[in-house]
Amino acid sequence: MTQFSTRNQALAQSLVDKLGERIDSMIEHRGQLTVEIPRDHWLDAAFMLRDEPELAFEQLLDLCGIDYLGYGDDEWETAEATGQGYSRAADELGPGRFSWEERPEAGEIQNRFAAVVQLLSLKHNRRLSLRCYAPDNEFPVLPSLIEVWNSVNWYEREAFDLFGIVFDGHPDLRRLLTDYGFIGHPFRKDFPLIGNVTVRYDEDKGRVVYEPVEIEPRVTVARVVRRDSRYIDKKLEGTGSGA
Amino acid sequence: MSEIRNFTMNFGPQHPAAHGVLRLILELDGETVVRADPHVGLLHRATEKLAESKPYNHSIGYMDRLDYVSMMCNEHAYVRAIENLLEVSPPERAQWIRTMFDEVTRILNHLMWIGSNALDLGAMAVFLYAFRERENLMDVYEAVSGTRMHATYYRPGGVYRDLPDEMPKVAETRWRKGKELERINAWRQGSMLDFIEAFTDDFFHRVDDYETLLTDNRIWKQRTVGIGAVSPERALQLGFTGPMLRGSGVEWDLRKKQPYAKYREVDFDIPVGTNGDCYDRYLVRVEEMRQSARIIKQCIAWLRENPGPVIVRDFKVAPPTREEMKDDMEALIHHFKLFTEGYCVPEGETYVSVEAPKGEFGCYLVSDGANKPFRVHLRAPGYAHLASMHEMAKGHMLADIAALIATQDIVFGEIDR
Repeated sequence: MTQFSTRNQALAQSLVDKLGERIDSMIEHRGQLTVEIPRDHWLDAAFMLRDEPELAFEQLLDLCGIDYLGYGDDEWETAEATGQGYSRAADELGPGRFSWEERPEAGEIQNRFAAVVQLLSLKHNRRLSLRCYAPDNEFPVLPSLIEVWNSVNWYEREAFDLFGIVFDGHPDLRRLLTDYGFIGHPFRKDFPLIGNVTVRYDEDKGRVVYEPVEIEPRVTVARVVRRDSRYIDKKLEGTGSGA
Repeated sequence: MSEIRNFTMNFGPQHPAAHGVLRLILELDGETVVRADPHVGLLHRATEKLAESKPYNHSIGYMDRLDYVSMMCNEHAYVRAIENLLEVSPPERAQWIRTMFDEVTRILNHLMWIGSNALDLGAMAVFLYAFRERENLMDVYEAVSGTRMHATYYRPGGVYRDLPDEMPKVAETRWRKGKELERINAWRQGSMLDFIEAFTDDFFHRVDDYETLLTDNRIWKQRTVGIGAVSPERALQLGFTGPMLRGSGVEWDLRKKQPYAKYREVDFDIPVGTNGDCYDRYLVRVEEMRQSARIIKQCIAWLRENPGPVIVRDFKVAPPTREEMKDDMEALIHHFKLFTEGYCVPEGETYVSVEAPKGEFGCYLVSDGANKPFRVHLRAPGYAHLASMHEMAKGHMLADIAALIATQDIVFGEIDR
């Protein structure tokens, strides 16, 4: 087992002892432990996390969906010089800069959708986050945790509404945050920020009408990923030049 | 014999006791609620998706607009999540300022809650008194950030600027003059800390006033005692946090259990209820106001004695001063890069939460190394509370629905996001 910080060592040990092969991987980042659990063990691992006295995660605080499409993409070449100046990023189609017709192709991305859960144990005063990838990108399905923690009800409805992740076993999987009759899953990375339709009240028809969206995407700041020395080793310039 | 059947009705979305845009579909058997189905999302603005297309700092202002009666606490969660990924820790003075403003915010929130809760249940006077006090705290927000509500005051690495040395005074108008103006400006002669201190000293008496109006009031007790009782086990299962959880007798407060900012160094108590009904939650919140005032006094004492920087001197994260910019080429470049491109946050993910007035407000942040977040998810306390509406309302009378919405302290900015 890899080494964890002293704060998480005991928790990591009891997770390995209890969950065993149900754990895909265990990551510690900035003092927080994340456990990845394959879909087939999602539900029984959840029951054990709640009921085993060494774990005792009584409370599920949060569940959210993630769409990993475009993870790590940037719009601006930072490693090399270019002759185009700032305008080189102007025509890119990063998040918020495309319409429905220009949306990015999903392509052959593995594990596009995931659900991330935040757990809290009051007994041991510690937290844990879980992640479960939905294997099928076209029709992502995960088992519902509603039998384990009732609080997951609306969180699963939200993840279904916004990401289209279906939770098998949820008794009432309706849309929650979007409009009645909304089409699409707006938090997917290939759904345009400007949306597809606008609504307005039509005086002549005497009712609200839906029309195709007219506004243009307008994100002015390019998405930039920098991996040069300034950001890797911050101590080099940690206090800034004026210090 | 005529046929008797259940009746389905809309409570809201345009209802004064719905606290915003809640459409609650109620199935009623006579006046008894059989089923309550909240329809939310009428205020959905896709804050989390908007944040994905903006540099990190641009979204701080959106946090104010989530739970729009506890603005700075929301900022605190978001800013701490960024700091955690950047491995930046704010200077000590900034942390004390944040502690103080978190508590100012808690009082602001609880005043809004007590006023509107009392108003929903038929007590008009409390609302007027609570808003009188709120106005003073709004002035504090304005003095420190320039706006009364949506402050955008917390920044990764500290707070935007130090506390002002002078509390702005109210100007004379046709309606505010003479003795009245003198009274208003009496607390505003010194610094902002003097003003807050005068306010908190007085505030303990104001809380006593609210209690005089409500705690032993027969109508108030009839409307709240035994209404919406939740057992501690159910409260945990339903994801309750904050006063909703403590009202059910679970002693859990992140400020004590997982302290952040300077909560480890201040002295305060955590009130808990016993029955888990609306009345207990009322008592918990009222006591929390007193405890907040206690914390604020301790923060004032520290802040008076210890001047110092309020934001890190790391120009990758926080801008250099105006003087430096006009003098130093490096500082000018840093300023330009920071405000055009922002800063890149190292790859990773984190979940950071604070004890907001309504409960645990969490921020789950995923960065792929870019200057914009890959995914932000905001865990709003009211979301889990409202989700339990059916369980809390079942078997109660229609009139109790107003008491339940009020006791959950619902704000739609954070629920719909």
